[in-house]
Amino acid sequence: MNVVRCDVAIVGSGAGGGTAALALAPLVSHGKRVLVLERGPRFQDGDFTGRELEMAGALYADEGGFLTRDGTMTLAFARGYGGSTLVYTGTSLLAPERVIRAWNVPGIDAEDLARRSRKYMEQNNVHLLEPERQNDNNRLFAEGAAGAGFHPEQFPLNLRGCRGSSLCNLGCPNNAKQGTDRVQLPAAERLGVEVVTRATVTRIEERRLRVVVSEKPPGAKGADPEWAPGEYAVEAGIVVLAGGVMGTTPLLLGSKLPGMPRRTGQGFTCHPAHILVGEHPEPITNDVGHPKSWFVDRAAEDGFVLETCMYFPFITAKNLTGFGAAHSALMRAFPRLQMILVLACDHATPENRITVDRRGAPVVHYRFTDAVIQAMVRATRASARIFFAAGAVRVHAPAAQPTLVEAHEVPQLEQRIHARHFRVGQVSISAAHLMGGCGMGTSAMDSVTDDRGRVHGHPWLRVADASLFPDSLEINPYLTIMALADRVAEGLMADLAG
Amino acid sequence: MSPPLRSALRALAISFVPETATATDAQWILLESRIEQALAARPAALRRQLALFLRLLDATARLRYRNRLSTLDAVRRTALLEWFAGSPVLRFRRGIWGLRTLILLGWYTQPSVIAALGYRASPAGWEARR
Repeated sequence: MNVVRCDVAIVGSGAGGGTAALALAPLVSHGKRVLVLERGPRFQDGDFTGRELEMAGALYADEGGFLTRDGTMTLAFARGYGGSTLVYTGTSLLAPERVIRAWNVPGIDAEDLARRSRKYMEQNNVHLLEPERQNDNNRLFAEGAAGAGFHPEQFPLNLRGCRGSSLCNLGCPNNAKQGTDRVQLPAAERLGVEVVTRATVTRIEERRLRVVVSEKPPGAKGADPEWAPGEYAVEAGIVVLAGGVMGTTPLLLGSKLPGMPRRTGQGFTCHPAHILVGEHPEPITNDVGHPKSWFVDRAAEDGFVLETCMYFPFITAKNLTGFGAAHSALMRAFPRLQMILVLACDHATPENRITVDRRGAPVVHYRFTDAVIQAMVRATRASARIFFAAGAVRVHAPAAQPTLVEAHEVPQLEQRIHARHFRVGQVSISAAHLMGGCGMGTSAMDSVTDDRGRVHGHPWLRVADASLFPDSLEINPYLTIMALADRVAEGLMADLAG
Repeated sequence: MSPPLRSALRALAISFVPETATATDAQWILLESRIEQALAARPAALRRQLALFLRLLDATARLRYRNRLSTLDAVRRTALLEWFAGSPVLRFRRGIWGLRTLILLGWYTQPSVIAALGYRASPAGWEARR
């Protein structure tokens, strides 16, 4: 087995790992060796074709179809140089102050996170998209939301040179999204941080990682790995885990390190989401332009957030409840469809958690609470009002029976769209904002790490991704992940200096 | 794919996506190969569950209508599938959801189908519309 020694090994290269890599890069000039180990490949510019099946297979674990244990929700998470920042839409929101206060983690305060987030907003060119570059799908949402009495807000986006392909979730074909693959990781590499792709960490031991570097499969996208394929032991003074919720927690649980906090894997939460569509009488621009420019935040009042979105034919078909002639008719109306993504704000509960199976593969135990179902139903009614206010003639609502709601039924929305029609297992629900599993707190009794991501009882081991969240963030999380990774890196630098 | 499985799959496809009734041979071949590829990448336990569920659908069709799922008329087949889709039993709802997802994957990722829908997303974005 090859043995590699370094001072800091970062596992994962997404919002957390990429941020930590750049924040720790100054160590290199002090003679330290910093490694980033990324499970996925380093994609090349021509790899992003925008073809749905091809890109889902290349970018997402289980082609985006990873299922929770009872099969009622799919979880989307990407693998590659840049992690899930490859497939997000670049929405850049500050953590809500009320949420951070409710987290109640000593040392974590909203102002500090906001200050760090603003640094990354500047670094990643976050700005509001000009009105003339917004498509009808977004414009109708903003107009419909205002018309229906909501307060639409524009998403700050981290774009540079966006051509409006609408293909963000399949990896930007124009390198316009300023994820860690475009900003933090290349900068860190220029400063001497080494990034090794196709490198799967299979086990953590005391200050040591077992790593398998895989060959590039024939015909696969991406570059060859930087190291020769084979097994490696990476000996590291400090290990930073940033493989995302579906990477970090399963790795910790599978490694069976002695003395791990018993709460490891607990506190998993997410934003269960589904796509709603409204059918307009005339074609609209929906499959061109940035897909996600506007949102309505009702998290505090009603437990949901509505966002503009535009998905691809298969994902759209999968998200429409039912089948047969009505389903097909709606698909044929694709050029006339307006889309809204409904996200429910879920709170961590004891039964929702991550475990691993005998092979060390992640198993996500997730049960929909009544509160989440009620929030999704309220969100669906709100979306229907927005669609109709924007001029839609009918709306597809999974929590209605029949699922197509006509414009003349607006006065009956409370009855037409109701929790009694919302059946898990029948309605397609997915989540991309995965959080928790290694929550921050004060001791091993109530948490897995402290506020600087140090795993209780294991000062050489840190966590720097969304696993740290002790509860839902209730908004798109990547900027907060970066802010927390920045804190973790700062604490690590201070520990090394001290 | 075995002939009985292919017959059952095609019958399901026509119920789930009525346009497949007029699919060309090339479209059927692509649909089936995409489903096979998707299944090959899934855990063996999931493949077993789906195969078992298909057998359950077939057995129910025989019991209720004295006919196989693949030879049942469209109205009865749809009624049977809708009953399972709305069943109080989560495993039944999941089974239909899983089969339906596979069929939709096999159909709505085909270039000819996507083009017919009018879906025109392009890496060139706005420039492609000028």
